Amino acid sequence: MTAQNNSPPTLKQVGAHSLQRIARFRMEYPHYFLLLLIGLVPLLFINFNIWLMLTISGAAMGLLIFIMASGMTLTFGLMGVLNLGHGAFISLGAYLGAAVLAFLGGAAAAPSIAANLGAIVPALLLALGVAGVLGLVFERVIIRPVYDSHLKQILVTVGGAIIIEQLIQVVWGASPIPVTRPQALAGAVVIGDMVIERYRLLAVVIGLGIYWAMIQVINRTKVGILIRAGVESTEMVEVHGYRIKLLFMAVFVVGSALAAFGGVLWGMYQELITANVGEQILVLVVVVIIIGGLGSVTGCFFAAISVGLVNLYVGYLVPPLGGVAAVGLLVAVLMWRPQGLIPVIQV
Amino acid sequence: MLNSILSDDLPRSRLLTAVLLLILLGLAGGPFLFDGSVAFRTMSMICIFIIVVAAYDMLIGYTAVVSFAHMMFFGIGAYSMAIMLREFGASWPVVLAGIGVGQVLTIAAALLLGLLSLRVRAIFFALVTLAVASSFLVLLAQFYHFTGGEDGLRVRVPSEIGPAFRLTDTPWRGFNLFGFIRKVLSGAAIGEAWSQSFYNVRLTGRLLMYYILFSAALLLFLLMLRMMNSPFGRVLQAIRENEFRAEALGYRTVVYRTASVVFATCFTAFAGALFALSTRYVNPETTVSFSLMVFVLLMTVIGGMGTLYGAVIGATIFLIAENYLQDLLRMLSEAATNFPLLAALFHPSHWLLWFGLLFILSVYFFPQGVAGQLRIWAAKRRERRRQRGAAAPAADRAFDVEQR
Repeated sequence: MTAQNNSPPTLKQVGAHSLQRIARFRMEYPHYFLLLLIGLVPLLFINFNIWLMLTISGAAMGLLIFIMASGMTLTFGLMGVLNLGHGAFISLGAYLGAAVLAFLGGAAAAPSIAANLGAIVPALLLALGVAGVLGLVFERVIIRPVYDSHLKQILVTVGGAIIIEQLIQVVWGASPIPVTRPQALAGAVVIGDMVIERYRLLAVVIGLGIYWAMIQVINRTKVGILIRAGVESTEMVEVHGYRIKLLFMAVFVVGSALAAFGGVLWGMYQELITANVGEQILVLVVVVIIIGGLGSVTGCFFAAISVGLVNLYVGYLVPPLGGVAAVGLLVAVLMWRPQGLIPVIQV
Repeated sequence: MLNSILSDDLPRSRLLTAVLLLILLGLAGGPFLFDGSVAFRTMSMICIFIIVVAAYDMLIGYTAVVSFAHMMFFGIGAYSMAIMLREFGASWPVVLAGIGVGQVLTIAAALLLGLLSLRVRAIFFALVTLAVASSFLVLLAQFYHFTGGEDGLRVRVPSEIGPAFRLTDTPWRGFNLFGFIRKVLSGAAIGEAWSQSFYNVRLTGRLLMYYILFSAALLLFLLMLRMMNSPFGRVLQAIRENEFRAEALGYRTVVYRTASVVFATCFTAFAGALFALSTRYVNPETTVSFSLMVFVLLMTVIGGMGTLYGAVIGATIFLIAENYLQDLLRMLSEAATNFPLLAALFHPSHWLLWFGLLFILSVYFFPQGVAGQLRIWAAKRRERRRQRGAAAPAADRAFDVEQR
């Protein structure tokens, strides 16, 4: 616009122009906008080193939430199934992880990283496998008969969650159990005067890795095309001869497995777990998938990091409000964009 | 007469009528029929939860609004009462003020939630309420100076409804129904069992409080029945069936939906205030926890959504099961001691496992719940009888048409 003006722009014009650009940025890239806003505003109140520390910790927490939330957002986007039983899979993962880590206690307590990996990798794999199989059963037995009704989905998945949680209590008992972090992940790294827990660094790495892998699958593969198409319009995918139900089943299994995978990591993060650990984190997961826009993996990713950050910043600045910061963010975002950051589906 | 009390919404099934009458009589004569503090507590909770569940049924069954913040309002009512009584002393005007404060806070919160729900799609509403309710729980724990935190608050009630108060000093006689049946079944002589089954009921303030609960539950239930069978209720049902169409017919669905939320939450907050007075102790676990919310959901669905009578049945079945299913499971568990896995599954603390299973099965096979299913069976029976050739009375036929 200014290129057509030959005279040099006045200060006011420049100001108006940059405001316009910010507004356009806000409209076109709401997820970057939100993340920048949340990440940078606290710099005004917090000194830089602490800010960096909080940011890394918050991002770690956010990425853990992302791992747990991604499956739920995709199952909703693809088939409109609202799976409130997702939290139970998280609990299951946490308990399986704790059990494997306790079983391989020797490897987990050894000081070498290789030996620690020998404990963590089996824990993650077992959680992935068991939750995947259970997810298959859950989808076929519990959800398949009620595809058409949101209300019934809410009801039966809540019922399913109760059953899984109770079964966890049958196996592991009702009292909280401790989760031992492997030796290499205990403690913290000190950089300058910043103290960062090692475990959070690992969470950042794994979370980014999973996000990258998901984006690759969704953007670059045939399955990814089908998933994106299915989220936009189930019927069109079926018209082209693909069995959307099979696809959905696969996504549900992967989503459940990811929930349990995140559950293992979350259990190690919490260090003490009960059977309703998943139920507690489910609230944050729900907040994240609403902010992200139901059905969008990218939106979910940015929302998760924003929620993780807000949690820690507010918890640092106004401690009593730390626990409700995420819900505050949810309300604010819904006032701004009722459909969430990146709306994918119009229900 | 009966028609106008029940707002022309009769149970429409003989079995349902019988069950409801049984519950009504059981609750009315409760303290004189069932001995023991567990039974007394169970009956008080049934009265309170009949209000809560019926109000939830107004939302989920009649308006198809799924809210997970229902118990938050119960908590608002209970905590308003507890905190008012703590701050201003235990007297009747303060009790009224406590109810009033609870109602005002509830209306404000319900309107805010309603406004938020205007911005989002229906399916979001359930999730948003879930998040809001959880943040309420966090706030309760955070501001423990004011709310007592996890430890909860002891409620000082006016002495007339406290345990130390005596209406008269001479106790009345109660007849222990279950004790009598158990004795007869175990082979005791009937006459002896009969005379042994009488026990003393002292007319304390707690008994008075129980009858306050009972009358409140009865009156509010009839009021809700009236509301749901009024033109207002019909519009809510229209919204449930097809919101777009209801709006096209000229009803401002947003206003109706918000009104339904406000009414339901006000009843619930009132029940919360009664809860605080009756148990004389409130904490997050017993008033606003998420598992309690799930219990209310279970009661509503098992009883039968969209019938209101289902609320009575659901609350009664669930609360009795909560207290007595555990005894049954204990027996099963002891019988299965040779099979450790079975014994673990039947362990009394896992009663919820079996209830969850029952819940899923009932959603699949009896989606109308107990009350709805009994009505369907009764309607089918009437249909069969008519088809058998007997000329059905015109009134009966009109009844069936109305029922589809």
